[in-house]
Amino acid sequence: MNEFMFFINNVLVAGSVSGSIYAIGAVGVTLVFSIMRFAHFAHADMMTFGAFMVLALTTAFPAAGAGFGMPTAVVMLPVAMALTALLAVGIDKAFYKPLRAHGVKPIVLVIGSLGVTLMLQGVIRLFAGTGGQNLYVDDRKEIFRMVLPLEGVRVPVVITEPQLYLFVLTLVSVVALHLFLNRSRLGKAMRAMSDNPELAQASGINTNTIVAVTWVIVGSLAAIAGTLLSLDVTFKPDLSFFLLLPIFAAAIVGGVGHPYGAIAGGFVVGFAETLAVFNWNVLLRPYRDSFPDWLELPSNLAFVGTEYKIVVPFFILVAILIWRPTGIFKGKVI
Amino acid sequence: MNTPTASPNEIAAPRRFPLREVVLFAILLVAVLGVYALMGAAYSTRMLVEAACYAILALGLTIQWGYAGQFNAGVMGFVALGGFCAMFFSIPVNDAFWNTELPGELGRVLLYVVGAVLAVVGASKLDRLGVPKKLRSVLTVILAVVLYMVVISALRGVTGEIESRAGFIGGLGLPAWVGWIVGGALAGGVGYFIGHVCLGLRSDYLAIATLGIAEIIKAFLKNSDWLTRGTATVSPLPWPTPGPAELGFTLSRALYLSVTALIIAVIFFLLHRAYHAPWGRMIRAIRDNEISSAAMGKDINRRRLEIFVLGCILMGIGGGVMTTFNSLFDPQGYLPLNHTFLVLVMVILGGPGNNLGTIFGAVAVYIIWIMSEPLALFLMQLVVNLGEGVFGWDFPANMESRALQARVLVIGLLITLVLRFAPKGLLPEKIKHHG
Amino acid sequence: MPLLEARDVHGGYGGMNILNGINMTLEADEVGVIVGPNGAGKSTMLKAIFGLLLVNQGEILLRGEPIHNLPPNKLVQKGMGFVPQENNIFPSMTVKENLEMGAFLKPNSVKPMLKQVYEAFPPLYDKRHQRAGELSGGQRQMVAMGRALMAEPSVLLLDEPTAGLSPLYMNEIFARIREINAIGVGILMVEQNAKQALAIADKGFVLAAGQNRFTDTGASLLANPDVAKSFLGG
Ligand SMILES: Nc1ncnc2c1ncn2[C@@H]1O[C@H](COP(=O)(O)OP(=O)(O)O)[C@@H](O)[C@H]1O
Ligand SMILES: [Mg+2]
Repeated sequence: MNEFMFFINNVLVAGSVSGSIYAIGAVGVTLVFSIMRFAHFAHADMMTFGAFMVLALTTAFPAAGAGFGMPTAVVMLPVAMALTALLAVGIDKAFYKPLRAHGVKPIVLVIGSLGVTLMLQGVIRLFAGTGGQNLYVDDRKEIFRMVLPLEGVRVPVVITEPQLYLFVLTLVSVVALHLFLNRSRLGKAMRAMSDNPELAQASGINTNTIVAVTWVIVGSLAAIAGTLLSLDVTFKPDLSFFLLLPIFAAAIVGGVGHPYGAIAGGFVVGFAETLAVFNWNVLLRPYRDSFPDWLELPSNLAFVGTEYKIVVPFFILVAILIWRPTGIFKGKVI
Repeated sequence: MNTPTASPNEIAAPRRFPLREVVLFAILLVAVLGVYALMGAAYSTRMLVEAACYAILALGLTIQWGYAGQFNAGVMGFVALGGFCAMFFSIPVNDAFWNTELPGELGRVLLYVVGAVLAVVGASKLDRLGVPKKLRSVLTVILAVVLYMVVISALRGVTGEIESRAGFIGGLGLPAWVGWIVGGALAGGVGYFIGHVCLGLRSDYLAIATLGIAEIIKAFLKNSDWLTRGTATVSPLPWPTPGPAELGFTLSRALYLSVTALIIAVIFFLLHRAYHAPWGRMIRAIRDNEISSAAMGKDINRRRLEIFVLGCILMGIGGGVMTTFNSLFDPQGYLPLNHTFLVLVMVILGGPGNNLGTIFGAVAVYIIWIMSEPLALFLMQLVVNLGEGVFGWDFPANMESRALQARVLVIGLLITLVLRFAPKGLLPEKIKHHG
Repeated sequence: MPLLEARDVHGGYGGMNILNGINMTLEADEVGVIVGPNGAGKSTMLKAIFGLLLVNQGEILLRGEPIHNLPPNKLVQKGMGFVPQENNIFPSMTVKENLEMGAFLKPNSVKPMLKQVYEAFPPLYDKRHQRAGELSGGQRQMVAMGRALMAEPSVLLLDEPTAGLSPLYMNEIFARIREINAIGVGILMVEQNAKQALAIADKGFVLAAGQNRFTDTGASLLANPDVAKSFLGG
């Protein structure tokens, strides 16, 4: 039973955590894909930027959270979201819009976004240095240990405070996005533009407005995901390095341009990662006595070591591109 | 669709005097001489060799991006493969490994791998024997998982032994150029795999996949201590030419430079030939006029794959030459994005698809990049002094390293500006209309 | 003053001109039909009117006001509606959402206009919560026309509204077009089913190679033996 608790902590909790972050990240990527039709490589660094904004604000006003009974970093999140949204709109105006106006191929926008990613990295490193920093500046990170009331169970289920915030905010973001896309006039116009841009234009929808709205949403979501990830571990200027591939894998698994698919894809990739690095020996050990003598289990039964975690999203990506390039859901082909 | 032929204006156009080329290369020469005057011969020759290595990479990328519009975001992955091969083939044999039973053990595990692959492939064909398709798929997956576990456990055992008893498996003690060639072949093989998966799909997917493979290659080289010594790095790597110990820095580097120049000349000549052969005409037809050449059918994907693999081979070779020159194999030194982008800037600034322009771009951008290091430090010092002296600011201690890190900002800015204002580069490749 | 007037319009997609001097006039309440062989530039002319491609010579006037090279959303505001030949619905959105998008610029008139469109196309009401991409060809065409009507246009441009439809549906669509016209919407449509279309047309324009070949009332074009021989299949 204790082994099973170990499984819950290392796979279920950990998988939900990375799944949530990949899901929010992948939704951002997929929204850009569906409206502007290019793979936005700067998304992961936008996430880092959002987290960095929270770090800067928290360092500047370390006690601001006390009044709300929440960690300062969480209180600062809405401000950081607004700033990141502003950054996203500004980047589009400065770099992507001129390229679009030239009618370039999507791949040129991809390259442009890689240029933007390097600029963001440069700026973040200039101001944040290169080391890791804790977003809990003045607050204490609560850790909840729950021992399930089962016989013989001693290992608790461990969930940290930022993970709770992560789950709640993921749920809120997903519901809010769903309502926005299906109920609001602008949200529907966004879907229309993703479906058929020419017809959206012919219906009088101002495509520039939709593009700006998309960037606001994308920037806000990026700030949420980046901040929550940094809260859970620490803020690192090279966060994006660990995010880019899983996020793109998630977006493609879900079918590009398909927000719900991206959410599912995020969890697929998150759980695949944790399952792949989990040492299955832990689960099999209790049954050791019932194995035949010739079968000696190696002590490490993980599919890949944590240092090779990045292989997992890549493997998923290649597999999906080979067998079902449109994604697991019948995604539209953009 | 008739096969594209050289358009009339291509033949009839009078050979103009290459004024632009001459002027640009003259400016470049002045810049190089300036660096020589400023930094000394040994430093400057090193810079030129490195620029030449980058030129090989840039030629690889200009084939992919300029000839065919494929964006390879993982140049450094292929470079690292080339670097690894250069290291593995050239460094001395490690007797502490070969004199034990470990080579046999390793060979046994490799045999396991082959056996496991055969078994899984066999299982995936079970439906031919009348096994229902669903059952076959389930069986194949289970078999693959179990065999993978068996093989990876055996491998972990052997590699752990190697690390603890022999350090790493060492090299083969062959001339470096053997490693360069094998590195090119290996990079080409990986390129074939990636290209095969992605080239029929949206162009963005190739960028994502190449970025991913670069990260994986780097993770593998960094963590496989038994093969590469990982973060402990391997040095020195023997040169194929007499080293600094025999000839002194400047002369030995100059000799190495002539080797790289020779390689570039050979590549340049071969590319030139291929470009004007029917193969090259077909490639250009695909690039310039994709829609009507689509009538050529499946051949297009074939040609695209050839282009992509060719580019990857050049990157592998360039990586080998570069790593041997640095005389250091450090898996962490291959920064996937930053250096890939340096190469990309070289290509776009020089003129995508224009080989001469690419070489110009490589040397010019590399000089700018290298010179930006002292410049960044100088600027930073200036700002710090000003800030502390005039405004009484308090700067964090590690400003220098930050300033160097922040140089990626320059590449990023450069790339977006060039894309916007000079997407065809300084020496644009003339696009002719075919058929 | 004519509702819509094109004077010597030249234009194309970048390099070469497809339209080489086209003239058209359409009075309010009229149905105009453009016919002509494939590749004549009929669709291109509609796109030129709707601001989707560059007009580099000549002018297009809406109630006397020059409109060439205005962006489509401005034209929608000025009362023009356009139903393209292909890709004329939002496939992943429901029928109702498709219609709502038509009135994007007039959010206040969504409710009454929805009611009107459902009255004009009763099948759409039953399918209002279905994705438009799942409908049959004729129903999609209704969605497309309904979408354009939602903006309460004074002139509606239709590109081959009956292409690929069975004769039954074709007559249905023509009947609807006449009804729409009857409530005061000027219609300019391109049609391959030339005989049936000219039969309901006040004006007919026969285009070939980007130029007017014949311009007359629908009835006289139908009666003209030259037109019949070259353009109406004998
Ligand atoms: N998007 C486009 N780009 C370039 N040429 C086009 C485009 N659309 C149509 N054409 C060309 O314009 C000409 C007229 O086309 P079109 O107006 O669609 O003819 P139709 O009278 O059959 O509707 C054709 O020769 C066609 O090849
Ligand atoms: Mg047409």
